[in-house]
Amino acid sequence: MTQAHSTQAHPPQAHPRLELRNISKYYPTIIANKAVSLSVMPGEIHAVLGENGAGKSTLMKAVYGVIKPEEGEIFWDGVAVNISSPAQARKLGIGMVFQHFSLFDTLTVVQNISLAMDSKQDMGQLAQRISEVSARYGLPLNPHRLVHDLSVGERQRVEIVRCLLQQPRLLIMDEPTSVLTPQAVNKLFATLRRLADEGCSILYISHKLDEIRALCHKATVLRMGQVTGVTDPRQETSKSLAEMMIGKELPVCDHPPAQHIGSERLVVTQLSRAADDQFGTSLKAIDLRVRGGEILGIAGVSGNGQQELLSALSGEKPSEQPQDIQLNGTAAGRLNPAQRRQLGLRFIPEERLGRGAVPEMSLAHNALLTGHSQGMRRWGGFIDYRKMRAFSKACIDKFNVKCSGPEAEAKSLSGGNVQKYIVGREIMLKPEILIVAQPTWGVDVGAASFIRQTLVDLRDEGVALLVVSEELDELFEICDRIAVMSEGRLSAAKPIRATNLEEIGLLMGGEMHTDSTPLAQEVA
Amino acid sequence: MLSIKLVPRPQPSKSMVYLSPLLAIGLMLVFGLIVFMFLGQNPVTAFHAFFIEPVNDLYGLGELLIKASPLALIALGLAVGFRANIWNIGAEGQLILGTIAAGGVALWFYESDSVFVLPLMFIAGALGGMAWAAIPAFLRTRFNTNEILVSLMLVYVAGMVLSWLIHGPWRDPDGFGFPQSRMFSDSALLPLIIEGTRAHAGIFITLLALIVTTIFFRWGLLAFQMRVAGLAPKAAGYAGFNSQYTVWIGLLAGGAAAGLAGASEAAGPFGQLDMAASVTGYGFAAIIVAFVGRLHPVGILFASLLMALLYLGGESAQVNLALPSAVSKVFQGLLLFFLLATDVLIHFRLQFGSSNAAARKAGAL
Amino acid sequence: MNTETLILILAATVAAAVPLIFAALGELVVEKSGVLNLGVEGMMIVGAISGFIVAHETGFLWLGVLAGAGAGVLMAFIFGIITLTLMANQVATGLALTIFGIGLSAFIGQNYSSVALDGLDKINLVGLSDLPIIGKLLFSYDPLVYLALLMFPLISWFLYRSRSGLILRALGESPASAHALGYSVIKIRYLAVLFGGAMAGIGGAYLSLAYTPLWSEGMTAGRGWIALALVVFATWRPGRVLLGAFLFGGMTIAQFHAQGLGIEIPAQFLTMLPYLATIVVLVLISRNANTIRLNAPASLGQAFHKEVH
Repeated sequence: MTQAHSTQAHPPQAHPRLELRNISKYYPTIIANKAVSLSVMPGEIHAVLGENGAGKSTLMKAVYGVIKPEEGEIFWDGVAVNISSPAQARKLGIGMVFQHFSLFDTLTVVQNISLAMDSKQDMGQLAQRISEVSARYGLPLNPHRLVHDLSVGERQRVEIVRCLLQQPRLLIMDEPTSVLTPQAVNKLFATLRRLADEGCSILYISHKLDEIRALCHKATVLRMGQVTGVTDPRQETSKSLAEMMIGKELPVCDHPPAQHIGSERLVVTQLSRAADDQFGTSLKAIDLRVRGGEILGIAGVSGNGQQELLSALSGEKPSEQPQDIQLNGTAAGRLNPAQRRQLGLRFIPEERLGRGAVPEMSLAHNALLTGHSQGMRRWGGFIDYRKMRAFSKACIDKFNVKCSGPEAEAKSLSGGNVQKYIVGREIMLKPEILIVAQPTWGVDVGAASFIRQTLVDLRDEGVALLVVSEELDELFEICDRIAVMSEGRLSAAKPIRATNLEEIGLLMGGEMHTDSTPLAQEVA
Repeated sequence: MLSIKLVPRPQPSKSMVYLSPLLAIGLMLVFGLIVFMFLGQNPVTAFHAFFIEPVNDLYGLGELLIKASPLALIALGLAVGFRANIWNIGAEGQLILGTIAAGGVALWFYESDSVFVLPLMFIAGALGGMAWAAIPAFLRTRFNTNEILVSLMLVYVAGMVLSWLIHGPWRDPDGFGFPQSRMFSDSALLPLIIEGTRAHAGIFITLLALIVTTIFFRWGLLAFQMRVAGLAPKAAGYAGFNSQYTVWIGLLAGGAAAGLAGASEAAGPFGQLDMAASVTGYGFAAIIVAFVGRLHPVGILFASLLMALLYLGGESAQVNLALPSAVSKVFQGLLLFFLLATDVLIHFRLQFGSSNAAARKAGAL
Repeated sequence: MNTETLILILAATVAAAVPLIFAALGELVVEKSGVLNLGVEGMMIVGAISGFIVAHETGFLWLGVLAGAGAGVLMAFIFGIITLTLMANQVATGLALTIFGIGLSAFIGQNYSSVALDGLDKINLVGLSDLPIIGKLLFSYDPLVYLALLMFPLISWFLYRSRSGLILRALGESPASAHALGYSVIKIRYLAVLFGGAMAGIGGAYLSLAYTPLWSEGMTAGRGWIALALVVFATWRPGRVLLGAFLFGGMTIAQFHAQGLGIEIPAQFLTMLPYLATIVVLVLISRNANTIRLNAPASLGQAFHKEVH
């Protein structure tokens, strides 16, 4: 850290720590970055703001030497540099914490960290240094644990400590809070502020306006690969930042309280399930009830059993007990997904390409995936191509899917459009119960708001909805009740208007049985 | 500096799907001619001896058909599984079992001149092939065992079973101790369909399989479900398709086809069980046929004719050029290599020259 | 059965295990990098004939061994170009490599089928090799046997003690992460694949230069496939590969001695034994789905391209 300290001695108006001039990066289908310029001073926390697909990650990978931009120059402390590899970036003093962590599950913490070092390390000494640094920054870690035994938050710590050990002068954080509880976000911010005070520059990539306003000194806003604004976020409102980011105001979902609560359609009773292996989470006595005309939200940090719960509910991993899952009054625990679909259950998974849709198949064939029993076949086992295409065409039109037509391959569509197609497909197949995982994950703002509105409208038609999401803002926007998943347990659901972000955040951090805490009583 | 780079295409190229097999054939021919020259042969003479000579008379065309027929039949069956990523590479063993089963029927009804002997042989052949394929299917679905290795191991086992039968219980009592069975009686032999050739009625089974698989792949919901299982197993699980079913159908289709091909070989050109005659390598060659034919019936039809020609070319090269007949297997292997290599062009295109200018052009697309 | 026969059987078992040890340890390293090369059989048999031809033409057996390794490397290089550079399906390419190798070896080996060759000499350590029992059991093999046995500690050390081994394992676990950290995924995979080729080639050359020693078409007789199965059986651990190889070596030898033991079974059924045993051990090891899933390198068989995510 001595290096980082020494930089503070420089007058701040000297050279920027990092300066990008006219960086461009082209991919076959898109221009990821077009003439992007940006500069970060020593000790500055600099936000790179933009929605999904705006080119933030590409830009950061160029700085870290993972990809090579086609055009533009990079200056480091005022000197032009050519960063051709991550090793070289690290040598300059650049560290990066990746959004989808670059860790190896079957190796230990210390092995993982040694892999990011550019020379052979003595494992014993390295472990000791890890312990020291992690203690100094309040990021406790056991160097000898296997990464797959760590929680998502702990994995992020490994990535951060890995960077800190190299005494970075610039730290790149790519969407670091998407895996954290609100409380953990606060802790992370404290660490980052401290690093900045020590002179380390930070590039903070995010699409979350509030976080950027709370943390960052400066922001560069990207839209469709180009810079649309450079500003001090502390002087901006969320509204003005959003306008720079998406070119218009953030759309708000029209969500009046649920009016017509119907009968119980999805009932889960004491659902327990041992994990497949040590990578998974066991489900422990889950109870939940969703009635027609309401949306139940499930919050939680990823990896706390949401995947396991969803595959138990969808029937992809049926259980032994028929009674633990009831669909419209029928015991369905042992039924497979196709049988559950007959009972009115529809499911929209988090993984769109590869699970919700077959990437290499046309949209029309993808309609067949879940819709084949709904009039798209004849004589039992043969495909009715005319009906299949008609359905697909109708879905594309009705849900405003941007594509070249029913024959377009699913993988040729943008993330938002694939999701609109899948949501549209399941809705056109007339669900009575709809389970949606991460409805707007990786989707642009316009499509996200459209999808949320669609879900609320569906609720008003009397459908029972269960929404699992890591985005708390989203859950608070559309849900009627909310429950939290933590370590395979599900908290009791609370009406959305009787709780708040802080309480849900505490539950996400694993503080169960809050029913009796003062906080809960206060808001009840 | 001139550099060649692979650049991902925004959309897979539809035309390359059809062009790359042709490109692969072209490359194989060019490479083959170079090899011939290297071996001191006149390339024109060699080409003629290899690719023209074998099929320039009716008899040769008949030979082409009787070699292409089992190759196509097996490849069609394998394609059902390959489309679902079920890797049955033991068709050779299933073919041998088909031969054994059909041969068993023929020997059992040695005295009979009933018209039912022949159909019975084919039923037995199909069942034999399916039984052999059922082993990897059962082990995969029940114990998760890799079907590639199991089906392959069973090829060797099948060979040993046949060897034991013709050395032991089924050896021709009047065969001077040669390890082969008796010649089948006429009721167990397929009729010839073209005068002056050895082309036999087994070809009709292949034609029937061609029609059935064409319809199945195009319209069958089950074929769609198996394709989904192959391309995106999680999507198949999400949709609720039964994955075990996929494994069973994928393997049994290949087994049945190989078994029928085995029966057809037994009742066709050979008319007896014999080690050299029964272990043809068609089961392995059919894997190449299936790939070169793009797992599509029409493609498989053409690919089987090409592969048959390579077999005949190898035999002709042995006679006319004094080259080892194994040269045809080298060509077959090369063909598959070139196909796999040129397939990259479906998803990528080649980019020549300095990266900047070309990349900008790509970005503008 | 007397002691002498037993020692003979044990010594023959070791010899029969050697080609499997070479091929399977090589494939283990390849698979640890995340690449599945099903062409082991093809690389072995081309190694066998290349080694045989070179040894026969030059008269230098060790040149033959080198040629076997070199031929394996060339075969592996073809595999590397198609799967690593051109990103083709590894299963199909491996099959192609085997089919091609069997054809190629038959083609170039046509005139060597009935050629005699004096195989590799057994070592003769003065004193040690003459010791009763121990001498026969430990000190009277040809040098390749010791090389095979030496490969086990070398590869174990490489994988679990060296930094390069750590990088290799990490890459097989998550090539995308390794790429993000700046490791050249394709280059490292190439090296692993070529190493696997050399090992398979030596395994093949051992068959034609020491084990038999002669050339016959298809002489590897599925050993390449058994080596692949051994890697699975060993759950990707070098020690178990060794164990498995001895098991199969014993199985191969048992068939030659069964008649001597008075077991009246047709020879064909005894020849089947190694193949059936392969199936049995595969079933035993994969019975529990997690055993394979948790031990196999996570990226096994998947192509990697740095611009496609």
